[in-house]
Amino acid sequence: MAVTVRIPTTLRPLSGGNATVQVEGGTLREVLTALDAAHPGFKDRLFDEQGNQRRFVNLFVADDDARYLQGLDTPVPAGETVSIIPAVAGG
Amino acid sequence: MATFRDLLAAAKATITEIDTASAEARIAVGGVAVLDVREPDEHAEGALIGALHIPRGHLEAQVEGRLTDKNAPVIVYCAGGVRSAFAAKTLGELGYTNVLSMAGGFGKWKDEGRLWKAPASLTPEQSNRYKRHLLLPEVGVEGQAKLLGSKVLLLGAGGLGSPAALYLAAAGVGTIGIVDMDEVDASNLQRQILHNIDRVGDRKVDSAKKTLTALNPDVNVVCYDTRLSAENIIDIITGYDVIVDGADNFPSRYLLNDASVKLGIPVVHGSIFRFEGMVSVFHPKLGPTYRDMVPEPPPAELAPSCAEAGVLGVLPGIVGSIQALEAIKVLLGLGEPLIGRILAVDTTEMSFRVFNLRPDPTNPVTWENRDRIEVRELDGLCAPWLSTH
Repeated sequence: MAVTVRIPTTLRPLSGGNATVQVEGGTLREVLTALDAAHPGFKDRLFDEQGNQRRFVNLFVADDDARYLQGLDTPVPAGETVSIIPAVAGG
Repeated sequence: MATFRDLLAAAKATITEIDTASAEARIAVGGVAVLDVREPDEHAEGALIGALHIPRGHLEAQVEGRLTDKNAPVIVYCAGGVRSAFAAKTLGELGYTNVLSMAGGFGKWKDEGRLWKAPASLTPEQSNRYKRHLLLPEVGVEGQAKLLGSKVLLLGAGGLGSPAALYLAAAGVGTIGIVDMDEVDASNLQRQILHNIDRVGDRKVDSAKKTLTALNPDVNVVCYDTRLSAENIIDIITGYDVIVDGADNFPSRYLLNDASVKLGIPVVHGSIFRFEGMVSVFHPKLGPTYRDMVPEPPPAELAPSCAEAGVLGVLPGIVGSIQALEAIKVLLGLGEPLIGRILAVDTTEMSFRVFNLRPDPTNPVTWENRDRIEVRELDGLCAPWLSTH
């Protein structure tokens, strides 16, 4: 069973306008790599040159911040939702 | 026909009395509700601390809504112990099983030098204006008086600051500070509802003050017609109870974070972009703060501003209103503010999702390190400054 990735409006141009994308993967890294394979461009926005999570993007597995779980190695059970929440500053 | 003495004797035969010393000891232990059944003018002159006030004439109609657990202990008092005896009898008839009438009442309590205070009071105009708040037991006169004595600082009188300021002023927050260095532009009016077409070209803080004082003359609006900087931020924010962050750029948000953590002032964060927004409460003493959520800002090319990328005008109305509500919750200690949680609003699908935030163990800008935090101008990666000693 696939994992659902929620795409913020800022990144929807990369996902063909879709608010959610279904991909396969057992860890957060695998899920996001699969997302980039299906919709190229996500990797640049989410990972830095060393392949680490960018510090201005929050990734949540279910309700929890992956940075304080196991980072990109956080297991993502089938059927779970991954949410990408980029920092915005508008007011 | 029964006389007053007969009725009182009959009431006292069915109730349990407690003397003032025992009542004081019982209240100190906790877990007991204290009910004052005197008239409003008597209550206004002084009451037991934390007592619930329901005049005896309203007792039957109101008590079940205010004391919901009929098996919980209640100490009821009046001025001398007569009305409380009748009230205790009535409470028994309503099914309250653990009611004690305080013999001697407030008069004896006060004469014996036990602790009491004059409850908060409102003017008749205020009692009318805030009637809908006063009907909420969670707010009441005490809470309303607290709001009137509270100070909230708004960073920005723009998209988020407009609805937040309007609702905070309407709610009767007594002092509202506004920091904004801009003037009103016609392109603001699509969302910045503090301002109007006659004010185009005016200073935003002046326009805000006019709107807010016209809405509620109880509110003292303090204007800071300046750019928030490392030099002035500590002076500006000191003394405020809560800060509502409606800034429109990352460096201001980091600057506010560092100064507010240093002083321990809670910040109600709101940020918006196009159709999406976020709200959280960064309480330096109780939970994670802005740097825990966003360790560093995105590069400019990945984070266009609303001025560049647009924003739906209603969105800041929603997000700013939620910020005002969270500010009031923090001020009144009401409910569960968004401390350690972030609300993400996506208005395209109209979803409201709440995610958990945690303190970042590598973030040095914490309440514990407050003496080492140096508030300096920030740009680029907005890295924090801490003294080494």
